[in-house]
Amino acid sequence: MEITNTGLAAICYGLGAIGPGIGIGYLVGQSVQAMARQPEAAGMVRTTMFLGIAFVEALALIGFVVFFLGQG
Amino acid sequence: MFALHFPPLGHIVDWPGFAGTEGAWYEVNKVVLVYLFALILTCLIFVLGNKKQLVPTGAQNLAEISVEFIDQQLIEPTVGHNERKWLPPFMLSLFFFIFFTNIFEVVPVIQMPANARIALPMFLALFSYVIYHGSGFKEHGPIGYLKHAVVPPGVPKAMLPLVMVIEFVSKFLVQPFSHTVRLFANLLAGHILLVTFAVLSAGLWTTEWYAVFLPLPAFAVVFFTAFEIMVSFLQAYVFTLLFGVYFGAAVSHEH
Repeated sequence: MEITNTGLAAICYGLGAIGPGIGIGYLVGQSVQAMARQPEAAGMVRTTMFLGIAFVEALALIGFVVFFLGQG
Repeated sequence: MFALHFPPLGHIVDWPGFAGTEGAWYEVNKVVLVYLFALILTCLIFVLGNKKQLVPTGAQNLAEISVEFIDQQLIEPTVGHNERKWLPPFMLSLFFFIFFTNIFEVVPVIQMPANARIALPMFLALFSYVIYHGSGFKEHGPIGYLKHAVVPPGVPKAMLPLVMVIEFVSKFLVQPFSHTVRLFANLLAGHILLVTFAVLSAGLWTTEWYAVFLPLPAFAVVFFTAFEIMVSFLQAYVFTLLFGVYFGAAVSHEH
């Protein structure tokens, strides 16, 4: 079977998505727990959660861009 | 067997110009039109929201809710107590401009998020970059701001050189890059997702037996359209929130 750039790029993107996937799962899970335990702090927790998601997600998105760059 | 013709990536986000000279900087294509629409809509919020009735109606209602939203959800947690008069209107227009350029992803006929081309996110990120670092330099003075930016409080002396390099690279080089890519890649991914399922649906629109699978991608298109409405709001929120965080970090006085 021939190994193509597209296939390698797809595999690399898959690998790159593992870390952020675990990260976002853990982050949101903990935030939900925090909101459930202390509903009055929900607004603050939510803002911080989105911020954290934005930072973690950047890694996955860079992987997504590299996927297209690597195809060529 | 499905005879799918998935368009190459260039075709998904490239639009032929229909006014101006081919290839010139003032050539007008669909993306430029989306910029213009978004600009007009953002200005309309300011114009229509400017009425001062005691009981708000229509556009004034929306304007008041969004000003409150910007104040309480975006500025309060990031910058804290804010005395700069220009900051809320700036963040309001940033938020609405990004939201409107994003939402054209799901508007029928247009269906093109302007932020799926890197030009606009890059411009907005560099614009924010100049504003928050400029404000930091104004607040702390040139040397003071560099020290404020690269030397975090409470770091042991031995670690300082390493931390300074990391902080400098992350604050001055990586920050605008990730700010850009976050908005750009999210919208591009959403657009490709919608195109994929639309192409699948079109491929299954046949008289062969496998047309029975047509409801699956057709339902996916509807579902992801709803999802993308949420994403356009969320990305506008995140972009503005991050501007607030960077701005707050640049002008803070805690240490």
